Amino acid sequence: MLAAMLGEAWHAMGCNRMRTALTMLGMVIGVGSVVLMMAIGQGAQYAVAQTISTMGSNLYVIIAGSTQTSGVRSGGGFGFTLRVADADAIAELDDVTYVAPVHQGTQQLVYGAKNWSSVVVGTTPEYLDARAWSVASGHSFGESDVRSATRVALIGKTVVENLFEPGEDPLGKTIRVRQTPFVVVGTLGAKGQNLDGRDQDDTIIVPLSTAQRKVFGVPFAGSVRSIIVQAASAEAMPSVEKSITALLRQRHRLRDDADNDFYIRNLAAAADSAAETTRVMSLLLGAIASVSLLVGGIGIMNIMLVSVTERTREIGIRMAIGARQKDILTQFLLEAVMISIAGCLIGLMLGIGGALLTNTITDMVIVISGGSVLVAFTVAAGVGVFFGFYPARKAAALDPIEALRYQ
Amino acid sequence: MNEAVIRVAGLGKSYVTAAGLFPALKGVDLSIARGEFVAIMGPSGSGKSTFMNLLGCLDTPTFGDYFLTGRNVAHMGNDELAVLRNRTIGFVFQGFNLLPRMSLEDNVALPLVYAGVAREARRAKGREMLARVGLESYAMSLPARISGGQQQRVAIARALINRPPLILADEPTGNLDSHTSEEIMALFGELNDEGITIVLVTHEADIAAHAKRQVRFFDGLIVSDVRHDRAPPARMPAPC
Ligand SMILES: Nc1ncnc2c1ncn2[C@@H]1O[C@H](COP(=O)(O)OP(=O)(O)OP(=O)(O)O)[C@@H](O)[C@H]1O
Ligand SMILES: [Mg+2]
Repeated sequence: MLAAMLGEAWHAMGCNRMRTALTMLGMVIGVGSVVLMMAIGQGAQYAVAQTISTMGSNLYVIIAGSTQTSGVRSGGGFGFTLRVADADAIAELDDVTYVAPVHQGTQQLVYGAKNWSSVVVGTTPEYLDARAWSVASGHSFGESDVRSATRVALIGKTVVENLFEPGEDPLGKTIRVRQTPFVVVGTLGAKGQNLDGRDQDDTIIVPLSTAQRKVFGVPFAGSVRSIIVQAASAEAMPSVEKSITALLRQRHRLRDDADNDFYIRNLAAAADSAAETTRVMSLLLGAIASVSLLVGGIGIMNIMLVSVTERTREIGIRMAIGARQKDILTQFLLEAVMISIAGCLIGLMLGIGGALLTNTITDMVIVISGGSVLVAFTVAAGVGVFFGFYPARKAAALDPIEALRYQ
Repeated sequence: MNEAVIRVAGLGKSYVTAAGLFPALKGVDLSIARGEFVAIMGPSGSGKSTFMNLLGCLDTPTFGDYFLTGRNVAHMGNDELAVLRNRTIGFVFQGFNLLPRMSLEDNVALPLVYAGVAREARRAKGREMLARVGLESYAMSLPARISGGQQQRVAIARALINRPPLILADEPTGNLDSHTSEEIMALFGELNDEGITIVLVTHEADIAAHAKRQVRFFDGLIVSDVRHDRAPPARMPAPC
């Protein structure tokens, strides 16, 4: 019986091809845009998650501030209030896994005839642990290198590509940073862009002491621009932030009414808000696309209503020869569902095609998940049933004799 | 010939019109036994079609009782009525009422879909019934491709496909010329000879003469009920 009805629904669809195609078009556009928008949205979420995972987890950056309590403040990172000894003290706090003082700035690198401008990060070996940054070849430098200010460097992938010939091994080579020669002891694993869109691989990491003495120079010995701190867990972060603040205020001998002379930036919170932003964007895209799916559904309802009216006499004849109300209901419902599923299949193909095209044209990250395809498909079938139900019920509720008299 | 296929008692139907209730059928009593061949006659507007639609379970009476093969139709739900229309009654219309976009074979076999018969069996029975009315060579044609007389024979084949004990026909020859009408009536005669009860409405005396019993309606009531053995179709002057 169902097979017969499927056949009939197919037949009915074929009888008025132009109309069926136009009705389907609504579904095609609806499903296509849902799939495409979800692909773009999920792609953005994926890209951000990818970036966040390269950042290192549960991180705080403490930035030196000004010593003034009133009047003009100098911007963050320009004061000299933080000291290497502060970092050592923070390392003693509970729930702190890694601490690394950092002094960084942009400098010109020279190797042979090539030169390249890059970010020089002067720090301690724990920096790599906190940032979960791997060494791709060679090795990292140690505490002893920091103590004796040796001229060794770890260089990022982008630096390797811009200073060395393809295939050339940078290990053991000497590059110059502001006239000072550094021996490359290791290369860094690739990380890609950070949340601000900066290429993290365009980095050279050297011992803090060497950087301060040979590259940047510091007016006060033992001062440092920022300290990176990793908390043991996400749950521990608020308490770690509190104890860092208390510790630094005490070490800097700040009076109770004085402002902090440092800033604490929660990178995990920044990451969360970035992830939240893309999640909302992706939801929004999906919601907008769903509206077109809704419009497609209304199109189906509209055509089915016309079809029921047009075929009133046919319905009467079917009832006169023994069709039950539920047979008529099933027939029209099947027709609506078939139109929407057929439209859905075409829409899926177009949506996926569109997503792949977007990917090749714009380099945008695209994620087509089985879940989103399934959702689009289920929603389309649901739309067919939902919007097909009213016309189908209208058909089934017709009075046989009234339907037969209809001209 | 004693078991009543149809028994109606005080059956009435009033239509709701803009001018109020219009009594089209005013309380009719009639009993039709198995194997009878009844012609219903009467002037236009006398309530014949109204009566047939009630007998065919296409419409519901305003008052009175209708027993079809002994069961009171008034107490039945929509689904039960649909099953009666499918299995017990074959209805033949004046305007044939074939589905225009279906082949003749599919048209004939359509009641089997609602009886839950499998596809292959439907095809076989559809062909068999088309052969029964002499149209097997048109199985795949569309209704618009054949003549009115042929369409009516297809409609009769459709009415017969579930082997119902009762055929109801409202002016089945009304749209046909006299020669084709005779062919259709001959077919009804054969079916009646096979034991199928037939009730048909006609305006024409020579068509009615094929039946063994003539019931005459006037103004929503039965005014005469005459039985006679089936005579060869003789030319009689039309009484009304
Ligand atoms: N749906 C309806 N609504 C209102 N009045 C109706 C309806 N159907 C029939 N009538 C009226 O009921 C009366 C009987 O109609 P019916 O169709 O039964 O007559 P009939 O005997 O079949 O006539 P004919 O020989 O012309 O077919 C007529 O006066 C008609 O106008
Ligand atoms: Mg009539």
